[in-house]
Amino acid sequence: MAFEYAPAPESRSIVDIKPSYGLFVDGEFTDGNGAAFKTINPATEETLAEIAEADEADVDAAVKAARRAFRSWSRMPGRERAKYLFRIARILQERSRELAVLESIDNGKPIKESRDVDVPTVAAHFFYHAGWADKLDHAGLGPDPQPLGVAGQVIPWNFPLLMLAWKVAPALACGNTVVLKPAETTPLTALLFAEICQQADLPPGVVNIVTGAGATGQALVSHPDVDKVAFTGSTDVGKAIARAVAGSDKKVTLELGGKAANIVFEDAALDQAVEGIVGGIFFNQGHVCCAGSRLLVQESVAEEVLHRLKRRMSTLRVGDPLDKNTDVGAINSAEQLARITELSGIGDAEGADRWSPDCELPASGFWFPPTLFTGVTQAHRIAREEIFGPVLSVLTFRTPSEAIEKANNTPYGLSAGVWTEKGSRILHMADRLRAGVVWANTFNKFDPTSPFGGYQESGYGREGGRQGLAAYLKGGQA
Amino acid sequence: MPTTAPNEPAPGLASFSEVTRDESALRRFLHGLPGVDQVGAEARAAGLGTRSIKTTAKEWALDLAIRMVDLTTLEGQDTPGKVRALAAKALRPDPADPSCPSVAAVCVYGDMVSEVKSVVGDAVNVAAVATAFPSGRAAMDIKLADTRDAVEAGADEIDMVIDRGAFLAGRYQQVFDEIVAVKAACSRPDGSHAHLKVIFETGELQTYDNVRRVSWLAMLAGADFIKTSTGKVQPAATLPVTLVMLEAVRDFREATGVQIGVKPAGGIRTAKDAIKYLVMVNEIAGEDWLTPDWFRFGASTLLNDLLMQRTKLTTGRYSGPDYFTLD
Repeated sequence: MAFEYAPAPESRSIVDIKPSYGLFVDGEFTDGNGAAFKTINPATEETLAEIAEADEADVDAAVKAARRAFRSWSRMPGRERAKYLFRIARILQERSRELAVLESIDNGKPIKESRDVDVPTVAAHFFYHAGWADKLDHAGLGPDPQPLGVAGQVIPWNFPLLMLAWKVAPALACGNTVVLKPAETTPLTALLFAEICQQADLPPGVVNIVTGAGATGQALVSHPDVDKVAFTGSTDVGKAIARAVAGSDKKVTLELGGKAANIVFEDAALDQAVEGIVGGIFFNQGHVCCAGSRLLVQESVAEEVLHRLKRRMSTLRVGDPLDKNTDVGAINSAEQLARITELSGIGDAEGADRWSPDCELPASGFWFPPTLFTGVTQAHRIAREEIFGPVLSVLTFRTPSEAIEKANNTPYGLSAGVWTEKGSRILHMADRLRAGVVWANTFNKFDPTSPFGGYQESGYGREGGRQGLAAYLKGGQA
Repeated sequence: MPTTAPNEPAPGLASFSEVTRDESALRRFLHGLPGVDQVGAEARAAGLGTRSIKTTAKEWALDLAIRMVDLTTLEGQDTPGKVRALAAKALRPDPADPSCPSVAAVCVYGDMVSEVKSVVGDAVNVAAVATAFPSGRAAMDIKLADTRDAVEAGADEIDMVIDRGAFLAGRYQQVFDEIVAVKAACSRPDGSHAHLKVIFETGELQTYDNVRRVSWLAMLAGADFIKTSTGKVQPAATLPVTLVMLEAVRDFREATGVQIGVKPAGGIRTAKDAIKYLVMVNEIAGEDWLTPDWFRFGASTLLNDLLMQRTKLTTGRYSGPDYFTLD
C-alpha cells in the first residue's frame, strides 16, 4: 500500500484579511485617488481584497512625507535607529506564522517555503542591518558616511516580503526614508508590514507604501524629489527605469532577470547535485531571478543525472500552497502562466523534448507542472530567455572550458552553480564565471551578509552585506 | 524475502563479479562510487523530516512502524525471564487492543534464541546478533561458530557486525570475504538460510562516503539487509546515514535487480522520529521498501511511544506510561 500523506493544511484563520486596503502614507492608512484593483489568491482565483491604486498625487504625498521624516530620521543617532530596526525584526518573528500564511495566500508559494525560508530571512535582514545602523563609520565606506535622502523602491511579486526587507532594512539603517511600491499582484504582506511599522512606533513618514501597477511605479521612480531608486524585477522594466532616471542625479540599483547556469561535473556528488538542480529551478515555482534554469551537465554523466533527476521530480508534490507537504505551489498570475506556456510551446516548436512527471493539477487557479526540456542547445530560445517558471533546460558540455563558455554565453549574469567534489575546480570555475553569485555544491542560498547582484542585463549594484550599504550612502560605490 | 540460495549470485549480480575479483578491483569500484556531499545529504534528510503526517496517514504509518520493529534487548544482564517477557510483548504489544499488530522480530544474543523461540514460535521472527557482537573483534572461526550456533538454535535472522578496523584500514577484501563466509554459515541443513543483516556501526565509520562504500560492499557480498548500528556506539542511527543507505539499496536494485533491506538501529525513540524514517523510505528508496520485509527499526523504547501515539489517535486522549507494559 502506498504512503498517502493526508492533507496538512496550515490554518488561514491566523490572518485577518480586510475587504479593502488603502495606502500607507505618513504613518497612516489613506485612500488612494486611483481606481481600486483586486488582489487574488493564485491557487484558487478567489478575490482576497481590494487595493487602492496610487496616482501621481498620492505618490507625491508619500514622497513629501518621506522627505519630512528624513530630516529627523537621518539626524537620529545610529543606535536609536537600530532600536527601531531591532523592534521591527522582533515583531516580524513574533508574527512570522501570520506573515507566512498571508504570503502563501497572496503569492501562491508553498507554506513550507514562506515559513522556512522567506520569513526567517526577512527577520534576519532587519536584525543584520540593525547591527550596522550605529557602525556605518566602520563599514569601510569612508568616514562619517551620510544617507542619500528619500529612496523610491519598487519590488516584484516573487518574494514580496523578502524583497521588501532587502530594500527597506538597509535604507533605514543608513538613515534614508522610503516610499515602497509592492507588485500589484502581491501587495498584502507589504501592507501588513505597514501595520508592523505602526506597532513598532516607527516615526511617521519613515516608511511609506504606495500600491498600484506600472504607472504608480513610474510616478515613483521619476519623482523629482526621490534621491535613490532601487528596483527588482524584469529586465525590460529595469531598462525603462534606467532611461527614466538618466540625466538626473538619482542613484540607482537594479536587480533584473537571469538565466543561471547550474553546472554538474562528472565527479559531483550526484544525489546532492540532483537535489540542487531541483531546488535551483523548482524552488518558488521557478519564480526566482537567480534560478538555475540552464542545467549544464557533463556528457559522461548526462544520462545518469537525467535519470536521477526525473525520478526525483516524480516525487515533487504540486498543489495547495497552504498544505505543509506541498513542494511546488501555484503560478502567481494568469499572465505569468501564459508566458510560461508560450515559452514552453516555443521549446516544443524548436524541437526540444519536453518531460513532466505525472501530476494532477488543481482545477482552478494557475498551475504549471515541473517541466524539463532535453536536447536543448544554446541556439534554443528556451536556453536564452528567462522563463521565470518551473521549466528547466538541459544542455551538455564536455570540458570545463566548454562549460565556462556556455555558462557565460548569455546576456545575463546573476548567478551560477558548480557541482564537483574537486575543490580546485570550484575555485577555477568561480574565477571565470561571469555571475554575481557562484554557488558551489549548493544553490539558492541567501544570507543578509552576502552581497547579491548581477552583470550585464541582470542589472547593477549590490544588495546585502557591506556592499549593499554603499548603495544607500553618499560616496559609497554601489 | 530473497529466495536466492547463499553463494549463488543473483542474475544481475553476475555483472559485478569483476569488481569483487580482487582487492584492487574492489577498491577501484568502491572509490569510483559517486561521493556524498555532507551538507547536501543532511539538508535533504532535514527537509524530509518536515513532512507533516497527520490523521489517516499517521494511523497507517504508526501501525506499519510497529510491524517493522525488531524489539531488542542486548545486555550482559539479559536472563531467560527478561527475554521471555520481551517476546511476549513482541506478540501482543498492546494487550488492551487486540487489533494492534505484532512486531517484526525479537533481537537477542545467540544464547537466548531458544528462549524466545519457545514463546513466539513462528509468529514473530527471532533475530540473533552474532560474529562477536558488538566489537566484531574475534578470530574468524569464532565468528562463524557464533553464527552457526545461533542458526542451529533456530534464529530466523542473523545480525552480524563487520570488522570496522579492517574497513577503515582499507582491507575491503577481508570485510567482503567475512560477509560471504558468514552468509554461508547462515545456511540450514534444508537448504534455506537465515536472513543476514550486516551491521556497519556507522558512528565509527564517520563519513557518508564510507557509509555508501560499505553499503555496496555488503550488498555485493550477499547481505540481505544493511543495518546502521549496534546501538552500543554513539551516534547510532541518524536520518542522513539512513538516507545514504536507502540511496544505496535503490541504486543497487536498479543495477542488479536485487532488493536489499535497510535497518536503522539505536537512538530511534519516538513515533515522530519513526515516521520521519518512513517518509524517507517512501521518498528515497520508494514504496517497495515500505514493508517489514525490507525495512526495520532496531529499537526497544520506540515501541511504547508508538503504542501511546496509536492510542491517542484511537481515543483522542493521551494515556500515561502506566497504561503500557514494561518490556
